[in-house]
Amino acid sequence: MSVLVYTESEEGKFKKAALEVASYAREVASKDGGSVTAVTFNAEDTSELGNYGVDKILNIKSDKLSKFNAEAYADALKQAAEKEGSKIVVLSQSANSKYLAPLLAVQLNAGYAPNVVALPESTEPFTVKRSVFTNKAFNLLQINTDVKIVGVSQNAFGLKENQADATVEEFSPNLSEEDFSVNVDSVDKATDKVTIADAEIIVSGGRGLKGPENWGMIEEMAEILGAATACSKPVSDMGWRPHSEHVGQTGKPVASNLYIAVGISGAIQHLAGVNAAKTKVVINNDPEAPFFKAADYGVVGDAFEIVPKLNEKLKEFKAKNA
Amino acid sequence: MKILVCISHVPDTTSKINFTDGDSKFDTAGVQFVINPNDEFGLTRAMWFKEKQGATVDVVNVGGTETEPTLRKALAIGADSAIRVDATPTDGFFVAKQLAKVAKEGNYDLIIAGRESIDYNGGMVPGMLAALMDANFINTCISLEVEGDTAKAIREIDGGKETLTAKLPLVIGGQKGLVEEKDLKIPNMRGIMQARKKPLNVVAAEDASAQTEAKKFEKPAPKGEVKLVDPDNLDELIDLLHNEAKAI
Repeated sequence: MSVLVYTESEEGKFKKAALEVASYAREVASKDGGSVTAVTFNAEDTSELGNYGVDKILNIKSDKLSKFNAEAYADALKQAAEKEGSKIVVLSQSANSKYLAPLLAVQLNAGYAPNVVALPESTEPFTVKRSVFTNKAFNLLQINTDVKIVGVSQNAFGLKENQADATVEEFSPNLSEEDFSVNVDSVDKATDKVTIADAEIIVSGGRGLKGPENWGMIEEMAEILGAATACSKPVSDMGWRPHSEHVGQTGKPVASNLYIAVGISGAIQHLAGVNAAKTKVVINNDPEAPFFKAADYGVVGDAFEIVPKLNEKLKEFKAKNA
Repeated sequence: MKILVCISHVPDTTSKINFTDGDSKFDTAGVQFVINPNDEFGLTRAMWFKEKQGATVDVVNVGGTETEPTLRKALAIGADSAIRVDATPTDGFFVAKQLAKVAKEGNYDLIIAGRESIDYNGGMVPGMLAALMDANFINTCISLEVEGDTAKAIREIDGGKETLTAKLPLVIGGQKGLVEEKDLKIPNMRGIMQARKKPLNVVAAEDASAQTEAKKFEKPAPKGEVKLVDPDNLDELIDLLHNEAKAI
């Protein structure tokens, strides 16, 4: 059986999520001695994929595809899946993958399981565990179609090294005008900042910080730790921080390794959004804040005293452990 | 311009999540249902097109009679008429099939759905709907303008945004940003009175089979006790994060 995996790159470099879905695809394929084919778009150096168990790479080089376009990318993936006879397509849950997955599902007449958090529990019938209700619960989903699409949640599986001799084949899908009927006019992306989706560590601030002028110490901590910054819903609603930083049920879910919440009391919608983060630290002056019940580590006290002190200590720690 | 807003009927964000029938079904006992928040932003944006550009706005839901109060609320917010496809929504593909039929038959120019429902978080209905009706599709949309037969939209991407242009018919996966939270429309008394007289048409479901089946549900394992660190001993926190959690 062939498993197809969509390995996303940015400016030619693979994203961590690409290596994670390749690791996942390898384990799925190995259940019955199958092979893994990765599809790459304008990647500069594909050799890294061989470290994560990819047997074959369909390398698409195309100026037309230099900017992500959901319909065109979905069409290219469909043609790759048909060429390889793939019964399972694995992709990440990045904004781009979530955009194209339902288009691909209709084209391949495939059932789609999003937000998958573990390897399939069985392959006949095909069942996978996925998160639902914004991480407040899990569901075992059975896919009944011949072709299946599995969307693996960020950081749910991790990276697994697995040496393989990956062969590289140039691949030129047949794309029509219609594939580009949604035109991408411009992309505006801060390249010097860690995004919430890709972050290992997230430093997040809430109403307890009293105003947007006090975010300097949050940004400083993020910089020391190489982290992304985030915020609670009231903070984004009041316009202290951009909506794109809002973490929670109606904002972004996070699945980082570490989530540090400063001055966030922990409304149920926020806690749902951070449930999948592995380690949670809470800094809050109210010992009754509900977030303490959901956290691994907590410091009760004034954030305006604690955070600057902690930043100094983290700097020392980083200097020693660099 | 004819706009169709797809409304998902979901548990309020503060709901306790429990399961029944041997953990095979969501337990609706004591749960308040609301318009899916991502759909609500789209509905308010649709009202803007109605007020400023003379658009007509219909709302649609795939569900049983229990979802009618949610549709009535959308009518009270200002939609002109409502359609309920009488069926139990079994999976995203099934729902998309039903919506595609309604959207095609009604010749809608713009179909606004939420980027995902906050219950099953599938995030697939808007895209599948667009593919099934051969319309353009823009997901995670945070800004939308329409002039003539062309839409200009901004989409949120990981770490930034993108500006896109597409011809109608167009399907939108909307979210916060389409309008601001403070601008969300709340039904007033007059709207509620008018909503009672607005049409709510029940249509039969199209024959379609689901591609997936939701089997057993489970809740995450309970969390252990939080370890509290003294604010005067932050070295301990760094030590725990480094050596115990291996997070830094």
